[in-house]
Amino acid sequence: MSPRPAPAMDVDALLDDPDTRIVVCCGSGGVGKTTTSAALAIRAAERGRRTVVLTIDPARRLAQALGMEALGNEPGRVAAADGRLHAMMLDMRRTFDEMVHAHAEPDRAEAIIANPFYQTISTSFSGTQEYMAMEKLGQLAGTGEWDLIVVDTPPSRSALDFLDAPQRMSTFLDGRMIRLLSAPARAGGRSLRKLVGAGFSLFAKAVSTILGGQLLADASAFVQAFDTMFGGFRERAAATYALLRSPGTAFLVVAAPEPDALREAAYFVDRLSDEEMPLAGLVLNRTHPVLADLSETKARAVADGLRSAPLAAAVLRLHADRVDLAEREERLLSRFTGAHPGVAVARVPVVAGDIADLDGLRAVGERLARAADADEVLAGTLRSAR
Amino acid sequence: MAAALALALASGGRRTLLVEVEGRQGIAQLFDTAPLPYEERKIAVAPGGGEVRALAVDAEAALLEYFELFYRLGMAGRTLRRMGAVEFATTLAPGLRDVLLTGKVKECVNRRDRDGRPVYDAVVLDAPPTGRVVSFLDVTKAMADLARTGPIHSQAEGVVQVLHSPLTAVHLVTLLEDLPVTETLETVDELTAAGFPTGAVFVNRVRPRWLPDRSVAAAAGGRVDAGRIRTGLASAGLDLPADVLDGLVAETVEHAVRVHGEAAALGRLEDATALPRLELPELMDGVDLGSLYELAETLCEQGVGAALTEVSP
Repeated sequence: MSPRPAPAMDVDALLDDPDTRIVVCCGSGGVGKTTTSAALAIRAAERGRRTVVLTIDPARRLAQALGMEALGNEPGRVAAADGRLHAMMLDMRRTFDEMVHAHAEPDRAEAIIANPFYQTISTSFSGTQEYMAMEKLGQLAGTGEWDLIVVDTPPSRSALDFLDAPQRMSTFLDGRMIRLLSAPARAGGRSLRKLVGAGFSLFAKAVSTILGGQLLADASAFVQAFDTMFGGFRERAAATYALLRSPGTAFLVVAAPEPDALREAAYFVDRLSDEEMPLAGLVLNRTHPVLADLSETKARAVADGLRSAPLAAAVLRLHADRVDLAEREERLLSRFTGAHPGVAVARVPVVAGDIADLDGLRAVGERLARAADADEVLAGTLRSAR
Repeated sequence: MAAALALALASGGRRTLLVEVEGRQGIAQLFDTAPLPYEERKIAVAPGGGEVRALAVDAEAALLEYFELFYRLGMAGRTLRRMGAVEFATTLAPGLRDVLLTGKVKECVNRRDRDGRPVYDAVVLDAPPTGRVVSFLDVTKAMADLARTGPIHSQAEGVVQVLHSPLTAVHLVTLLEDLPVTETLETVDELTAAGFPTGAVFVNRVRPRWLPDRSVAAAAGGRVDAGRIRTGLASAGLDLPADVLDGLVAETVEHAVRVHGEAAALGRLEDATALPRLELPELMDGVDLGSLYELAETLCEQGVGAALTEVSP
């Protein structure tokens, strides 16, 4: 029994709906999230909505196409859609600096930023990027200037990092651990000491032996200075989290037709439903639909007999490979839809070559939107091409 | 890729260790086994009687192992881990994590049996992606974060000795696409600058090129001689309706654009580096245990030899 085909996603209806205020594109690394976000934003803007797209780490040419190379950490106007489209690239360090300035007294803010440990945490701590993306999203939403905010999520191995990292960062910054490590005798309370006993003092000693006293002292000074503004941090993170759960938000899970990417997508879909976060559907990028109604076996058989016409034989062989590939992609997708039957899907056929300009992004947007009516046709072609 | 290499290097009665460091349990999935513990396990038999063992190194477990060795933490270790204290320590100094991971690899490379022979003929490390691999391997930088003395410091010195010696070869895996090739070339430069011995470039997922070479550039530009295709097909008795022929032409253009792009990427690799290059075919049905053996065989045919530590991101 073959599973029921997934419902097709109506991307234009999603973008046109005035109640859609935030679209978050998530998925594992390398599946085309940034391109999808940019393409959705252009399409929404050209359909009349004041749109801003927050990208995280765009390829150079995409950044050029959106005119973002010269931009700072604020949205800049893109030369498209009568000025309704703005784009920005997240500058993690600057967002962090701005946050510190916004939440701390000037001299304390300076002390935090000058701390060597702040360098580490603001640039290389895994989780900072996700945290700052959330913060920036909160800021953009707070201005009320935008009908629609499209968010690209940081490139990470796992799509879940986007939801987990801010929590990880909070745990790190809330200072309990660092107090335990730098002065285990005073902090932590009696119960905790009883729990781990002498082991902890030994551990603290070992850690400081390994890491060196200076690093620990810096970290400790940092966390102490940070302590006063931490409440504000956590409140904001909580507010953004609530925003993500509100009905005005739509999550799009982006994947490529590869086992790993679809597995990640499945984890993420489950997670969104656990967190009661609104999922709009799955975008399956870079598919290879069959374009010619000719069976694979027939194509190969004829190609084998065609000695005198090398071009025609080559065309038949590349078609046969394509049928194989399309079948494989459908098989992978049906494994996903079998486990998640309610999730709407938009297949986005591959755009040959690099996407390097606004027209390229429009073409992707076109494919995203056309997915709704094209699916039936494609499925039909594939069936008869077998 | 690393798994196929470990298999290839184990063939003919040798023993290799395949190590992963990113907590993904990718090896277990590939070899279809239960998740690997922090412990070396035999996972496959190589052609000709060799064996592949696997190890998933986990920085937290490695850190606790040290503490156990040097400070005798006892039961407290586990509690600390549950509290997140160990993760906290490795977060505090990102370099520590890398030293711990590469340190374990070094220990495996140097391990001897009772007769003084190395336990492993080769150790293959499945390293982080090209963008991060140099900072991962270059623990001398990481050591700046750490104390100047003590067990971890000497550990790091040992790592530097092994990784910068002829025992090691850093192989790079790429796809024939613009971005991966750019990253690969940048990484080759960084590796050389940091004094790491580079090995080969593995071009992964190479797909068949069906069009005659002379037709590729024109077809990629959209110029496909539909008339000639129709005549050719007709000569084999295949008369196709116009829309099917159009579809074939469209597929041909997409194929040509891809092949054209791949040729350009290959050209850039050839121009920019003299490293030996190995090619692995695209596997239409994804990688499973059976296809892994095929890939390993392909590698053997292309002359995969013997270095002791192989690092392949």
